[in-house]
Amino acid sequence: MHSTDWLQFALFLGLLTLITKPLGLYLVQVLDADGRTWLDPVLKPLEKLTYKVLGVDPKREQTWLQYTFAMLAFSLVGVAFTYAILRLQDVLPLNPQGFPALSHHLAFNTAVSFTTNTNWQSYGGEATMSYFSQMVGLTFHNFTSAAVGIGIAAALVRGIARSSSKTVGSFWADLVRVTYYLLLPICLVFAIFLVSQGMIQNFDAYTKVKTLEGADQIIAQGPVASQVAIKMLGTNGGGFMNANAAHPFENPTPLSNFVQMLSIFAIGSALTYYLGRMVKNQRHGWAVWAAMMILFVGGVLVCAHYEAAGNPIHQQLGVAAADGNMEGKEVRFGIFNSSLFATITTAASCGAVNSMHDSFTAIGGLVPLFMIELGEVVIGGVGAGLYGMLVFVILAVFIAGLMVGRTPEYLGKKIQAKEVKLAMLTLLVLTLSILGFTAWACVSAWGVAGLNNAGPHGFSEMLYAFSSATGNNGSAFAGLTANTPWYNTTLGIAMLIGRFLMIVPIMAIAGSLAGKQAVPPSAGTFPVNGATFTVLLIGTVLLIGALNFLPALALGPVVEHFLTAQGKLF
Amino acid sequence: MKALISELRPAISATLVLAAVTCGVYPLVVTGISQAAFKDKAAGSLITDKDGAVRGSALLGQNFAAAQYFHPRPSAAGTGYDATSSSGSNLGPTSQKLNDALKERIAAYRTENALGEKEAVPADAVTASGSGLDPHISVKNAELQAARVAKARSLSVEKVKELVAASTTKPDLGIFGDAGVNVLKLNLALDAQK
Repeated sequence: MHSTDWLQFALFLGLLTLITKPLGLYLVQVLDADGRTWLDPVLKPLEKLTYKVLGVDPKREQTWLQYTFAMLAFSLVGVAFTYAILRLQDVLPLNPQGFPALSHHLAFNTAVSFTTNTNWQSYGGEATMSYFSQMVGLTFHNFTSAAVGIGIAAALVRGIARSSSKTVGSFWADLVRVTYYLLLPICLVFAIFLVSQGMIQNFDAYTKVKTLEGADQIIAQGPVASQVAIKMLGTNGGGFMNANAAHPFENPTPLSNFVQMLSIFAIGSALTYYLGRMVKNQRHGWAVWAAMMILFVGGVLVCAHYEAAGNPIHQQLGVAAADGNMEGKEVRFGIFNSSLFATITTAASCGAVNSMHDSFTAIGGLVPLFMIELGEVVIGGVGAGLYGMLVFVILAVFIAGLMVGRTPEYLGKKIQAKEVKLAMLTLLVLTLSILGFTAWACVSAWGVAGLNNAGPHGFSEMLYAFSSATGNNGSAFAGLTANTPWYNTTLGIAMLIGRFLMIVPIMAIAGSLAGKQAVPPSAGTFPVNGATFTVLLIGTVLLIGALNFLPALALGPVVEHFLTAQGKLF
Repeated sequence: MKALISELRPAISATLVLAAVTCGVYPLVVTGISQAAFKDKAAGSLITDKDGAVRGSALLGQNFAAAQYFHPRPSAAGTGYDATSSSGSNLGPTSQKLNDALKERIAAYRTENALGEKEAVPADAVTASGSGLDPHISVKNAELQAARVAKARSLSVEKVKELVAASTTKPDLGIFGDAGVNVLKLNLALDAQK
């Protein structure tokens, strides 16, 4: 890493740390139906009107089960909404290129993908989607799936913070308030900034150009900036264009790149502060944050190291060794900003890419893959990162309790068999989905037919696809041709499993913890702040991730690393 | 099941209201402000010649093969710099196909630019970018091509290098990202020399 790389990394970490507290305090207000913000004069009337149309009382809180049903009903309607738009694309407006309707399996996959905050894309945006499909069918979920995730995290935090409570908040109030007070205002400013950097925002037909050498070039257009702002802030990641954030129209400058990276982590980082504030133990919030950041910094350094070292096979041929691995990377971002972006987008459940992970070196590509497989708890998706990490916190507390032989307690709540079983359920379901589907694809004609690379890298393409879908990440080893009935369907199911079979048990934990009476800490209570806890939490995350996925990783990137050193080609 | 059905009415209304706000009002406001404040950028930073014909976008690369032009990076977008199908090659580190392509490109680059058999070639000159539309090449790559372009145009190498420097994008605020030479802008500047 060059000195400017270190400087950019330090700036990124510094700015992230700085915004965590103020944004966290703002979240406390947003996630309280009675909360006050400086935007009330503008947004309160709109909020009230929305509740009126919905026919709900935001003050009427819900039990965990009611909250879950509301979330499921909203998600179901959302899938149908987008499926219908994509199937009717040819007759809907804002389609200057005259794109046809999507096939049923691609429409299913895409509707599920955006509803679950995954944004896996089996299609190339500029060659498939009308402006209406992008702006309405997809952007709708970029906002609401983010709001749903943040709401679930808030419900779990309320469950932890409250004592002998039947309710965990109102789904409708969380959904509306997060969308209006948090996401919309930030996106409005963010999108304008992105246009100032050169990002496009128009409804023009594609522009026909005569190049200097006299050839034809057709330039794709569209309302990109408004979609990209929420794609990043809401950790959605679905690109307007096929090349996603590598496309100059979707990420024109290193500065737009830097702010986009910051926006991916912003809300997830602030939620740890929200946690600390709500449970009245700010040091706990920071301890969780510290565990995330240590895992993150480690990932960045490993990834950047191997990408800068480059590919020995290519260097043998005459590629300058000092330049690192530039296949699939943009000159304006270079090695470091590509490695940093790749780690951020997979640590968070974003999935946007500014370089092609498929062309990373073996270990450089292992980092994003492993970040997804750790459960995307390193900051993680908005909301999803926090509730995912809290599952690990419960397990860490449980393990610590076993070690000292006491009933485990978490912030005054006894952690009993029910919570631990539910926590383990979420982890096992995810692992089963990733490894099960990958194994199935490996031994099936439909699985192997989609590969762009042979040998262990081909296996990595399949493993990455099902990790990304189950983890609701959405990035890919994008050589894989996934727009087939089999891949679209299996990946769609994996996304549904990864989202809802995670959320439902977590809501059950929220309900169970909310109903418990908090007991004051005693001398035997394991403290959930400080370095010991942070180390224990990191250990739990790494241990479970390694136990689940090391065998599979050994067959893919690890063996590929050693074969690269030997110069073996496929 | 009844609990789920009772939530369907607010779910449908919420979908319609939030869609109207986030997919109607929001993008239209962004479009309005962008068109007013950054009209050219919002339209794709298009470059027009003196006859008013659009010749490209300052942000997107295009194909150049002639000796008197600087050459961009290899592109995996369609048949090369197809701005309706952006894409990288997605070939992995042990790909035979990538290996073969690199061999060919390295040999061609050395021949074109009169480099020695053993001389290292800049990585960006022989690898495909992530988007397939990368507008930049590295400074080193541009410097190695300068002599060829100068000869083909009967210009002095110094003059060409001067133009390269003028088309070089420095890191943003001196910190962010890597320097690169915008190939289209550079070639336009060369054509303007005549």
